[in-house]
Amino acid sequence: MQNNCIYLDNNATTKIDPQVVEAMMPYLTDYYANPSSMHTFGGQLGKAVKKAREQVAALLGAEESEIVFTSCGTEGDNAAIHAALLAQPEKRHIITSQVEHPAVLNVCKQLESKGYQVTYLSVNAKGQIDLSELEASLTGNTALVTVMYANNETGTIFPIEEIGAMVKEYGALFHVDAVQAVGKVPLNMKTSTIDMLTISGHKIHAPKGIGALYVRRGVRFRPLLVGGHQERGRRGGTENVPGIIALGKAAELELLHLEEVTQRLTKLRDRLEQSLLSKIPDCEVNGDAKNRLPNTTNIGFKYIEGEAILLSLNKYGICASSGSACTSGSLEPSHVLRAMGLPYTTLHGSIRFSLSRYTTEAEIDQVIAVMPEIVDRLRALSPFKNDNADWLQQQSMVSSH
Amino acid sequence: MWDYTDKVLELFYDPKNQGAIEETGEAGVKVATGEVGSIACGDALRLHLKVEEATDKILDARFQTFGCTSAIASSSALTEMVKGLTLDEALGVTNKEIADYLGGLPEAKMHCSVMGQEALEAAIYNYRGIPLEAHDDEEGVLICSCFGITDAKIKKAVAQNNLFSAEQVTNYVKAGGGCGSCLTKIDDIIREVKQEAANKNLHSYKAKAKAEIPSSEQKRPLTTVQKIALIQKVLDEEVRPVLIADGGDVELYDVEGDKIQVILKGACGSCSSSTATLKIAIEARLRDRISKEIIVEAV
Repeated sequence: MQNNCIYLDNNATTKIDPQVVEAMMPYLTDYYANPSSMHTFGGQLGKAVKKAREQVAALLGAEESEIVFTSCGTEGDNAAIHAALLAQPEKRHIITSQVEHPAVLNVCKQLESKGYQVTYLSVNAKGQIDLSELEASLTGNTALVTVMYANNETGTIFPIEEIGAMVKEYGALFHVDAVQAVGKVPLNMKTSTIDMLTISGHKIHAPKGIGALYVRRGVRFRPLLVGGHQERGRRGGTENVPGIIALGKAAELELLHLEEVTQRLTKLRDRLEQSLLSKIPDCEVNGDAKNRLPNTTNIGFKYIEGEAILLSLNKYGICASSGSACTSGSLEPSHVLRAMGLPYTTLHGSIRFSLSRYTTEAEIDQVIAVMPEIVDRLRALSPFKNDNADWLQQQSMVSSH
Repeated sequence: MWDYTDKVLELFYDPKNQGAIEETGEAGVKVATGEVGSIACGDALRLHLKVEEATDKILDARFQTFGCTSAIASSSALTEMVKGLTLDEALGVTNKEIADYLGGLPEAKMHCSVMGQEALEAAIYNYRGIPLEAHDDEEGVLICSCFGITDAKIKKAVAQNNLFSAEQVTNYVKAGGGCGSCLTKIDDIIREVKQEAANKNLHSYKAKAKAEIPSSEQKRPLTTVQKIALIQKVLDEEVRPVLIADGGDVELYDVEGDKIQVILKGACGSCSSSTATLKIAIEARLRDRISKEIIVEAV
């Protein structure tokens, strides 16, 4: 298996930090007891889990008792939406955005079929929602507003506290999927309007299979997984102790690195982006350049297709991702970029580079070195050279549904 | 990541025949182009053919492709395949042959090979001055409005590639891959094509039977052993090949006088038209060959 690649796909998943591996290892081998057990062996694990909970709480600026461990980001999102609706059975309206992760979008679609009314807020060309559209959508019947902190594809950050202030005016609950934002932007639940917040371990250098949901004290919560009294009755199922220890350690490291990493990644990302834009004609940044995650850039290379770019990058051992249809397994390009109303010329040729604290200057240099040649080669193959081709105009109506 | 063959990767990283063919005014030679797809759909191909007018022979073929790895490889493969063919020969190239040339394509990428075949057809029709639109609309009812796919195109893909599910149709021609509202219509089209194929097969077997095998009236009564052997022979030679081609099969289970019990297998076992298969494909055939009294049952 290949693992010496230049990994710029950190919004998909991240490398587990060796310190995290070290911290969790004993819990895969020696410390296997059930943390709920009455014996000392189990009790020790209970304490370790509590410490991990404190570490996660510290990263979010929350109380230890407000953290519920989950198996992944998707579970966190599902649990939060489920809980919000159960807590306010009389309210039948949900507000979300068109650019959410499927873990939220598809739950909302399912709820529509169960009789809930769902408003999907539109976004502008930068991927930003319109606060006045939000305000117009909020009613006394709105149970929940669920939006992402930052978008996984473009890195665009929503004005979370402004949204939250409006949500509170209408007495609705406010859930935020912060899977991409955590560790990249400072979070402080103590001063926030957020009621529930989802995070996932594997996006912050912990392993896959562990996540957490912040639930503000006082928010009525009903579990999605009904079972034992684990997680104070908010999530049944024996604790994934190694995962929890890992998430705790990862959270501690994120907090430790947050400031320095944010600065360094912003610089690296900007250099990558500006170099590519200056060396390659006909490409543009997708997303909100001002309000954006420090580690993400999404660039649309016109007239060529994303999967072909990825395979070309792959030849140089560079890992990135694309919103093109051909990479998704479906026939439609990214719902996020489509919601932004981007022209098809950019849509299919969009590439996301997402950095992490392991990304080096030399790696970025390598991408800058090979990218112009890759784009040149594919453009030489392409029948499209500019936006004026009558061929383009004719067929632009296709799949505009 | 897609599981591409080495041939696909080879033709993607180092494609043959890329570029355009310019009309040079050379005597006796004409350049034809065919365009399919669009930037909205995520893939498009412009195929250029240089044709010798006297012989209809393709002297050179080049491509320009906007698309993914397999779209580029399929285009390059197509140009390699058609060089040296006459236009009539080239019209016989199927998308399956393009995929085979590449050592196969991932199922979800079969539409790339279909695009190649369509561009070829478009280029040849252009060369011959036949308007492609008219051809497309022959029986063209729009089925998939997301990707602009007609029933004619779906039928062709189903017949040529022996498809049996709407999901496969999506992989081959994209229909149904957008909002998904036409998937049931696609199911109906598949059933229709299969039924037509079954009827056609039956007619051709009947014709063949008259020519080759003496029909049942002329035969002496069979012994039980002869009868079983003959039933098995008819099943093996005439029935099973058709069913196997459709992903099914049949096995002779028991013979009791004129009552023949068979086991329908594979796709036949779960197929909604299994009763039709039993009656049309099997019972009618055995009645024709062996005895009018035969009744076939599935067990």
